[in-house]
Amino acid sequence: MKGVLDASSVRGPGSGAGTAVVSVADRARRRLARRTGLIYASLGFALVALIVLSGAVGSVPVDPLQAGQIVLGHLAPGMPWMSDGSLTPLQDQAVWRFRLPRALLAGLAGAGLALAGALMQVTVRNPLAEPYILGVSSGASVGAVLVIVLGSAAVGGLSLNVAAFAGALVACVCVAALARKGGELSPTRMILAGVALGTLFSAVTSYLTISTDAQNVVSVLFFLLGSVSAATMSSLIGPAVALVVAGAVAAVVTRSLNALMTGDESATSLGVDATRLRGLMLVVASLLTGTVVSVAGGIGFVGLVVPHVARIAVGADHRRMLPVAVLGGAVFLMTADLLARTVAAPTEIPLGILTAFVGAPFFLWLMRRSEADRAGFGR
Amino acid sequence: MRVEFDDVTVVLGGRQVVRGASLSVEPGTVVGLVGPNGSGKSSLLRTLYRAVAPREGIVRVGGHDVRALTGRQVARAVAVMLQDPSTDFDLSVHELVLLGRSPHHASFGRDTPEDLRIVDDAMRRAGIDDLADRMVATLSGGQRQRVMLARALTQQSPVLVLDEPSNHLDIRHQLELMATVRGLGRTVVAALHDLNLAAQYCDRVVVLADGCVVADGEPSDVLTPELVRTTFGVDARVVADLDGRVLAFRQLVADPSPTRPVPVSVPRGPRTESSLRS
Repeated sequence: MKGVLDASSVRGPGSGAGTAVVSVADRARRRLARRTGLIYASLGFALVALIVLSGAVGSVPVDPLQAGQIVLGHLAPGMPWMSDGSLTPLQDQAVWRFRLPRALLAGLAGAGLALAGALMQVTVRNPLAEPYILGVSSGASVGAVLVIVLGSAAVGGLSLNVAAFAGALVACVCVAALARKGGELSPTRMILAGVALGTLFSAVTSYLTISTDAQNVVSVLFFLLGSVSAATMSSLIGPAVALVVAGAVAAVVTRSLNALMTGDESATSLGVDATRLRGLMLVVASLLTGTVVSVAGGIGFVGLVVPHVARIAVGADHRRMLPVAVLGGAVFLMTADLLARTVAAPTEIPLGILTAFVGAPFFLWLMRRSEADRAGFGR
Repeated sequence: MRVEFDDVTVVLGGRQVVRGASLSVEPGTVVGLVGPNGSGKSSLLRTLYRAVAPREGIVRVGGHDVRALTGRQVARAVAVMLQDPSTDFDLSVHELVLLGRSPHHASFGRDTPEDLRIVDDAMRRAGIDDLADRMVATLSGGQRQRVMLARALTQQSPVLVLDEPSNHLDIRHQLELMATVRGLGRTVVAALHDLNLAAQYCDRVVVLADGCVVADGEPSDVLTPELVRTTFGVDARVVADLDGRVLAFRQLVADPSPTRPVPVSVPRGPRTESSLRS
């Protein structure tokens, strides 16, 4: 391509100071890279701190140092403090069997929902998109509520988690099938089909809820609002696998996602098959959301807001924005869970209420700051 | 790299917007597509970068049928300067221009110093190097158009497609854009509204009307008052200029031409091109 280098070029008005200007842009780029690195580091540090802190909060007294020792002692065998009698078996149980799994599930759910939300927003090209836009959570709710109201035997012996996952899959398969026309997945049809079907599923959930015993209603509400209180180490496997797979797929297509942000025509001209990419992202985000919802219920707000906060922080380039959203989602939901089980202790507040209570004011404050204009909030 | 449209028909919404258009662009030449609104210029161009599949006919770039190539292969051969870069979430100018490198990369991975150098060079050529850190949404229409030029240059493809590249540009930037594009030595196909700009900068002008190629040849042969009258329904005069001639547009023709304009008697098609040159 030597013509590019030696062709005579007509200089623009601003090109006299060309090199100096470019180096200013260079500095800005470096500043952004430094800022991104700093954000990665602080979020990573916050993750570790939150794990330790979660271990130290609860009815069995454990101080943060002991919590750290217990977690480390289980991961690295042969640590002296595990056998010298400084930790009671009760403390060990409380941290390793209960507090750590729920902190980790909160982290995985937050990371997964934030990633799914970010992918949905670019896939349907709408800032209001979130993981549940395709009816995934309303489908999951129908599955879960069927089990709660009619009993597991009535739905073929499926457990609540499996029924919820099946409901999520049914919902997003329906939405994708309805949105597909002439071999194309139109974003507008996806959103509208998701909203319409979601309303239909919610109606089923509401009917089942209102026609059941009062004691079941609390269980239903708990699922709908989301909770990680039932977390065990084995319940982490599904969300962890889904997050890793979805993260890997997303990492492979980051440049294409950036191209998709500029519109289908533009993406096509850059060699991206918009419809295929959209289909792939739809499958990935739905599976991820379905897995999280089936374990942790319909935790709201994270998937909508965390991607926007990530864009405000580091810009819309998915190569920076996706990792920040994943880490940020984990930190946000772990913090929310910590608050959920402390502010009204010993009563636990459902996670969905906490995310909205903490998240909404923070987001509204952030949205009005001038940095938000960079993320396109001024339009 | 040669570009060929062979008897291309495009159907959109049940309507034939391009009907059996044939046209061949020699490597390294600048060809202007002119014609009234809705004459099929953009649709014809869209078949070249695979945004629309022709109902009939074949589009070839460098001898290959574009439908047989992958999207990325086509994007490495053909860069498109689109009309408006609308982004769903705002990107900076630098980030948007950098997208031009994506056909050359695996979908992930860092930008190489070579990428950044190519981007800087393209931004300098398009005269937007001082806008690198601005958000695209804050730019004027003309500035956005130059951003899209920079992105297309960044693709470093042998073929460049321009779709109404200058409709938002001031007069200086219009001339600059055309001079820059000419100076690249690449194969260029441009849909243009400004007939005088087409006459000044194109090696060849192809006129589309109602989806058909109605004239094809050197600008001075094709862009005549008769053609402007029959194709656009506008009365025009040729005015002698310092180093050539320009068209001056006077008034609407009272009785516009029939829907299918009468083809003007200008030799068309690649077969007769050598005879034109001699």
